[in-house]
Amino acid sequence: MNQSVWTRLDSIARSLSPFTLTLLLVMAGMVPLRIPDFAQIVPSMGLIAVYYWVIHRPDLMPAWVVFLLGLLLDLIGGGPLGINVLVLLVVHGAVGAQQRFFASGALMLLWLVFVPVAAGAFFLTWLFNVILIGGMIDPGAAFFQYLATVAFYPCIAWLFAQAQRAFLK
Amino acid sequence: MKKPTGPVSHITTPIKAWAHRFAFLFLVVAAFGLMLLGKADTVLVERARTAITDAVAPVLELVARPVASLSAVIESVGELADLRAQNAALGRENERLRNWQVVAQRLEAENEALRQTTKMVPDSGLRFVTARVIGDPGGAFARSVLVNAGSRDGVEKGQAAITSEGLAGRVAQVGVRSARVLLLTDINSRIPVLVGSGRERAILAGDNTKQPRLRYLLPSAVIQPGDHVVTSGHGGVFPPGLPVGVVTEASESAMRVQPFVDWAHMEILRLADYELPRTLLPADGSALREPQERAGM
Repeated sequence: MNQSVWTRLDSIARSLSPFTLTLLLVMAGMVPLRIPDFAQIVPSMGLIAVYYWVIHRPDLMPAWVVFLLGLLLDLIGGGPLGINVLVLLVVHGAVGAQQRFFASGALMLLWLVFVPVAAGAFFLTWLFNVILIGGMIDPGAAFFQYLATVAFYPCIAWLFAQAQRAFLK
Repeated sequence: MKKPTGPVSHITTPIKAWAHRFAFLFLVVAAFGLMLLGKADTVLVERARTAITDAVAPVLELVARPVASLSAVIESVGELADLRAQNAALGRENERLRNWQVVAQRLEAENEALRQTTKMVPDSGLRFVTARVIGDPGGAFARSVLVNAGSRDGVEKGQAAITSEGLAGRVAQVGVRSARVLLLTDINSRIPVLVGSGRERAILAGDNTKQPRLRYLLPSAVIQPGDHVVTSGHGGVFPPGLPVGVVTEASESAMRVQPFVDWAHMEILRLADYELPRTLLPADGSALREPQERAGM
């Protein structure tokens, strides 16, 4: 009996690992690195995480977890509330619909698909920021953050893959 | 997880899919609801934000320190290379500054004498809370940092955040052990300033670029590149005269200011608590009234 409780706790902890790992990465991205201008283009960990886990383990990244993740990102980031929530949900919906097709894809293919997905996500984020703040925002900074996010995708995806192998066999 | 198979799944699968879709739609609608809630600026949202920043602050603080010292080591190695040139430059600068010191002392004495002759109300006292920058949420859409001081250290909303170079921003949100400083480059930042030797009034408005804009200037104002920008103290929140930056562009279309603050090396922030002179505070009117009047009431 006791054994089964521990096994259950263990499996819950394991199934939470995508969420926990994403939060850790978000916090790692917040550490002031004193590299000029890096803070503005720090890759969007939430976007990479949702994209990766929806494809590889959709059962561990259901819509409500995405919602929670977006809400935390919005609260930590200090920007208008709800934007990350909506954008991540849209990515979840769009990618999730094609999950079967992507699940067998190699890293290279998934990276290629990530390029337009991230472009859409950043455009939506920019659009809603403009609407909610009520003023023009220079899209240049968003574009550079988009490039950084795409460039960092393989690194983070590799990290997630290691975690998946270690905790979610 | 085992997927259900058999005749029952033929019926349950469409229902499940439908429920899934419904839940998804519900969450999307909730996201729009959050946007409205955030726009309404309720106390609830503010509480949630401070709770989250307070929760992540200890972790960030733990990581920020070693990272800061490591980058300091890397920087000092780089500086060793041009130590000689730097030394010579510092020597020259020191000489120049000593001249300025003499000028400043003379002006201070003159200023003091003039204040006494005009019976000017003395400037109120400044109290500083020094805090370490522990987090930079980053991203393309907001410019703010988290510091490791909060309400228990005397930090209050609206206080000016300054570095040794000049004004960096203002405190926008205060938790118990952490606070968020809205940088003056943020799109929501508006700071009353004075520009140039003509002391023209303006509002320094951030737009998420490195150089915030000057707005609401009088049409008659004459502004040139190179003019210094200082806080005006209008509104009574910021101390007047804090250095902000230099005008870099002064055309018809846009007036931009390069802040003095070195954003990449912003490690320590001083939060200035500027107490207005008591006589200006109409809180209970006691400062304005004579004691006899109060006794008679």
